Amino acid sequence: MMIGTLLLALSIAPLAALIGCLFVHRPRFCETINLIAAAVSFACALPIPFLIDGHAILYWGDYVIIDRAAAWVVLCTSIVYFLASIYSVGYMRMLAEDERLYRFYALFAGFALTTLVGPLMNSVGIYWIAIELTTLVSTFLVAFERVAESMEAAWKYIMVVSAGISLALLGTILFYWNGTFVLGPTYQMTWSVLSTAAPKMNPVLLILAFLLVLVGYGTKVGLAPMHSWLPDAHSESPAPVSAMLSGALLNTAMIGIVRFLGITRAANLGDLPQLVLVAFGAFSLFIGALFIVRQQGIKRLMAYSSIEHMGVVALGFGFGGALGVAGALYHMLNHSLNKSLMFFGAGNMMRAYGTKEILEITGVNRFFPTQGALWLAGAIAITGAPPFGLFLSEFTIMRAGLKPSYSWAVYVMAVLLIVIFVGFMNHFRSMYYGETTPEAAPVRTRLSAWCAVPMWLSFAPLLVLGLWWPAGVWTYLTSIAQSLSPGVP
Amino acid sequence: MLVQHLSPLASSLFSLLAIVSLFLSFVMLGSRWLKNYLYAFAAESWTIAALSAAVGYYGSYPELYLIAILTVLFRGVLLPYLIWRIIRRLEVDREIHEILQPSSGLVIGALFVMFALAVSYRVAAEFHLELTVAVLALTVMLSMKLIGFLMLAVRHEAISQVLGLLVLENGIFLGSQILVPGMPLLIELVILFDLLIIVACFGVLVGYLLTHVGTTSTLDLKRLVG
Repeated sequence: MMIGTLLLALSIAPLAALIGCLFVHRPRFCETINLIAAAVSFACALPIPFLIDGHAILYWGDYVIIDRAAAWVVLCTSIVYFLASIYSVGYMRMLAEDERLYRFYALFAGFALTTLVGPLMNSVGIYWIAIELTTLVSTFLVAFERVAESMEAAWKYIMVVSAGISLALLGTILFYWNGTFVLGPTYQMTWSVLSTAAPKMNPVLLILAFLLVLVGYGTKVGLAPMHSWLPDAHSESPAPVSAMLSGALLNTAMIGIVRFLGITRAANLGDLPQLVLVAFGAFSLFIGALFIVRQQGIKRLMAYSSIEHMGVVALGFGFGGALGVAGALYHMLNHSLNKSLMFFGAGNMMRAYGTKEILEITGVNRFFPTQGALWLAGAIAITGAPPFGLFLSEFTIMRAGLKPSYSWAVYVMAVLLIVIFVGFMNHFRSMYYGETTPEAAPVRTRLSAWCAVPMWLSFAPLLVLGLWWPAGVWTYLTSIAQSLSPGVP
Repeated sequence: MLVQHLSPLASSLFSLLAIVSLFLSFVMLGSRWLKNYLYAFAAESWTIAALSAAVGYYGSYPELYLIAILTVLFRGVLLPYLIWRIIRRLEVDREIHEILQPSSGLVIGALFVMFALAVSYRVAAEFHLELTVAVLALTVMLSMKLIGFLMLAVRHEAISQVLGLLVLENGIFLGSQILVPGMPLLIELVILFDLLIIVACFGVLVGYLLTHVGTTSTLDLKRLVG
């Protein structure tokens, strides 16, 4: 019952902020209420993983499911929402758009609400609707700055993602149709019902449906080659929205793929579904590496890094087993923290130098010694170097892949991660130690504490998670691996 | 399963309506004028509504009558009206930038239908449904999907892309009425409303595009690359 109350509070808080912002248009009020809502959501999401045991709990007429996987994703989302809400107070004041600010915060709270409740949906169809709603709300956040570039990004975002996700709907309907041969013409299509019926379903149609769903939700996750919307949307939206898109939204869509993968595991379809996921993951890493090396825009660099990390997560789930799934889930948390840090830093530098071009940002360490060092540490972390959390999770995923059928993917992953490390560090070298010209000095040398504090808040746990992977978290994550792929050691 | 024991009359009625919808998507594919495009979409939605009602009658699913009425209201009247208003405001009446001649588009569409038929036949054979209307439903569903993607790819006027997206969803609607008429009602209702929201969003976005980018041709959206 305790968990039910927490879930209710967790979703009512952003809803209240949404309504509050719509009725009271004062900018300071809106940022405060959104911040409070984010803090409440975070405070409610934090204890749920501790309270929940290995069994899924259903609420409100079986429409809401909370299991360990959902609790984990909701925790990641609420962390990013909280950090991004602190950051947006400072960042949005720099934009000087006070009279339209209430719209931003209303949409921001709405976006958080849809992203938080998405993984909690027990009905497969309603999960689809929740994902579609996240797109609709976030489109307007991407378009918020109302310049030609963000309009273009918003248009590409909604077109590509809506078209992609309609494939997921087709796949969902084929799953339902397949189930009607087992369960009769009318049944409630929930995740557990599908898993139970899966062994008796027709394998050919099941694979067709899974591939459609994978491509559909894969568009939303940003797996290459369906990633084309991602760099545009992530680079043209305001920085707190970029952090939410990257750190929260992608995980919410990923959990759907993982649940469908669990259904195919229950049906004993062999290795094909996992192999396809591994192939998408490896290709995403490849695309990410190519574009990171040659990138010129600072936020696009971070966006391609998101594609890369979603590729790593897809590899983890594709490798499967306790190591793979636990590594992938741990990677989700680390990536959420780290990518928030990176987007916050990128937003600060973008505002400080008044440009998005990497080449025009020089001498960061001279003008911003503390914050620059922090951002550089984040960059080292995001490329998967020790002693940060992403090193541990990527290493675990690689260990999971070391079996004959997937070892090629591990070698590809290792090579590409090194390429990405070199490319990423080269961009940071030019920003920190590149030649500075007098006219390249920042237009703004003082940044408010609102912009710096969330960077520290995301950095500290990242370092802790890299040095110490708590045993409790390990057992928690491996139990998710058990429940997602039954019958696997 | 509804499709396994249908009377011949019902079966041919379903087939007729499915084929009419497929034909209408070819009309859309072959036309340059946005107005024709829109009328074909509206007619397609009415056909799908008629199909819902027919499935409701022959399969005794009374809730499908409600779906039929809502389909007519939303997809047959309200959506076309909203899009018609956008078209009038934008003062564009035809595709100007054609990547593909409509005639070549029709040929590619026909190839897509053949591919869809091959896939559907293979899937239906798994369930021994080769001789039923299920093959046709699946074919129309998949080929409208492919034709919708073709339209998205070769049309560059913003409104045509919105219509292409709606064709994608029409295909799913049509197929699901025949294949899974018993699917819980709630989902279908919400999807109808969802579509309405999408079109409202598109209306706003198209307005934005015009005021801030100065064009509604998506060919001009090429600032963000690499």
